[in-house]
Amino acid sequence: MYEFVSGPLALSTFLIFFLGLVWRFIWYVKGLNWQADRVAYTQNARYGVRGALRSILCWLIPYGTHGWRYYSGFTALVFIFHFGLLITPVFLLGHNELLKQSWIGFGLPALPEALADALTIAVMVAALFILVRRIALPPVRILTTAYDILLLVIAVAPFFTGFMAYHQIGNYNFWLILHILCGEIMLIAIPFTKLSHFILFFMSRAQIGMDFGIKRGGMKSKGFPW
Amino acid sequence: MPEGTLCNKKTIDTQEALHALLADKSGKKYYEEMKQLDVNATVLWGVIRKTLKSRLRTWLEICAHCGMCADSCFLYLTNGRDPKQVPSYKIQSTLGELVKRKGKVDNDFMHHCMDTAWSKCTCCNRCAMYCPFGIDMGVMFGYLRGLLFSQGFVPWELKIGSGMHRVYRAQMDVTTEDWVETCEWMCEEYEEDWPGLTFPIDKPDADIMYTVNAREVKHYPEDLAEAAILFHLAGENWTVPSQGWEETSLAMFAGDWAACKMQVESVYDAMKRLKSKRMVVTECGHAYRATVVEGPYWAGLKTGKTPIESLHYVEWLAEALRTGKLKIDPSKKIKEPVTYQDSCNYIRNAGLAECAREIMSYIAEDFREMTPCREYNFCCGGGGGFNGIGRYREQRNIGLKIKRDQVLDTGAKLVIAPCHNCWDAIRDMEEIYHIGIRWSFLKPVLLKMVLVPEHLKPKDE
Repeated sequence: MYEFVSGPLALSTFLIFFLGLVWRFIWYVKGLNWQADRVAYTQNARYGVRGALRSILCWLIPYGTHGWRYYSGFTALVFIFHFGLLITPVFLLGHNELLKQSWIGFGLPALPEALADALTIAVMVAALFILVRRIALPPVRILTTAYDILLLVIAVAPFFTGFMAYHQIGNYNFWLILHILCGEIMLIAIPFTKLSHFILFFMSRAQIGMDFGIKRGGMKSKGFPW
Repeated sequence: MPEGTLCNKKTIDTQEALHALLADKSGKKYYEEMKQLDVNATVLWGVIRKTLKSRLRTWLEICAHCGMCADSCFLYLTNGRDPKQVPSYKIQSTLGELVKRKGKVDNDFMHHCMDTAWSKCTCCNRCAMYCPFGIDMGVMFGYLRGLLFSQGFVPWELKIGSGMHRVYRAQMDVTTEDWVETCEWMCEEYEEDWPGLTFPIDKPDADIMYTVNAREVKHYPEDLAEAAILFHLAGENWTVPSQGWEETSLAMFAGDWAACKMQVESVYDAMKRLKSKRMVVTECGHAYRATVVEGPYWAGLKTGKTPIESLHYVEWLAEALRTGKLKIDPSKKIKEPVTYQDSCNYIRNAGLAECAREIMSYIAEDFREMTPCREYNFCCGGGGGFNGIGRYREQRNIGLKIKRDQVLDTGAKLVIAPCHNCWDAIRDMEEIYHIGIRWSFLKPVLLKMVLVPEHLKPKDE
């Protein structure tokens, strides 16, 4: 079982994940239309690039925009959650050891194990607060669907199962295999669900950045003050 | 009765059709007929499939339902934080649902969409500033309005408005003759006070082609005179076109894209015909948005720009004051506290916040910003057609509260509002809430304080 989920299944997962992202990228760019979107993308490329980069960068910086500053508490949750979600698996000692032992033959530098553990807990706690917020606040509750909660579960499951396996709570093999499966589910879900914002965040931000950078004032001002 | 005689999917292209609609007071029969209007789901879905591309589909799909757009919306804030006023909810429950059901929706649903698209969103685009994904619900509501218009579900006043543009190339029934006569009349009226004042019509190769809002011609002709006097004092070589003088676009509020194209092309034709160097648009927000910002796209101009460089009135005025074409008598600057209403259409959506501040620095001694301001300012409460729709008057009046409180907080009793919609909304706000404020366009304020060059002063008898 372990051989299967960490071998062919893992390989297929990564393939689907990467190809899925490429497909999302191509689909998005091909679907842009200067006249329908009312943005002269190619004619004013310099302003477009400037607008796109500003739009992405400002929103990647914690408290870098009016929006992030307005909802300061939620912003903290969002950044902790996403930082842990992206950094922990990529720089985890265990994951990189597996890479070194595999046909790839090398791994990335690893985080100290205690830090990785803390990040894992942070992701789970942040997710819990995000869930509570969803249910407690009327303007968020009205938007919330079962799908939103399912996605949160998909995103957190690899962390929870990984945590259980790492600390050997209960049956190690059970949690390990479940952990791998959950990780694979998440990776496959990325291109096919709302988790596609993994890449579409950048596309969408770039687009609105170009919109404001080219058409809505970017050529007559210093750029939109996100 | 699927298609009514007044309420149907046809556009208004003749005077007769316009008159028939106008005769139906407040759209009573029109809205009655709308209750029976069928939805052509096949056509609707066909349009959606053809026009709903990756940008809009992504916006609908990846919305994280985080609610960060909630407080950005003045209608959410003024309606007791009703969750049904959260921008994301408003668009998901209308356009989102329409797409999910592949256009197979009924009359009730279309009514729900119409009421939401025109009474719960003014397309001010403020929510786009607060969405981490940059989802612009104002743009999506604009798109939805287009779909609704094509199916005949559009407020009565806006059906008339778009018809006006189709028939008269103006938002009101102002003909070329009416327009030219009004210009001449204003010139005659004021030339005694302002020796040498002219109102050049169709003058080729001028430096400035000036274009207006039909309301000025029909109801506020002094505004035209003030513009002429200020150009005269600034020594500008200017003109107005006899045709293609109307900048506004109720068709844009209605979602009648074909009429939008007709309207802006009439202005672009005038640009080409008169070969002016630049165009200046009157103190109107949506007019500038329609003709300068969005218009080139409707007309299929790949550069995204108007055929000649186009300026909003605040851009011209800031330039005239900066370069000394117009000089202010320092003793006549506004002394009382004064605030400025940032119009969504040319501040948030066209980057002219700095021009407005520059002008205020020349003309006011105690300028007070609203909070928030500039690109983040709230809609006046009457944008996107909201001011003009009787059916939603009550909702509009509730929405005005945000501006009322913003103005009160500045302590200013004078609001400079260089946008017809904002100006109207603030006037109505005073009528309804009696907070004791005054409001003004820039032109009359400027006329009270500009220095008149010696050779342009009236000769004493």
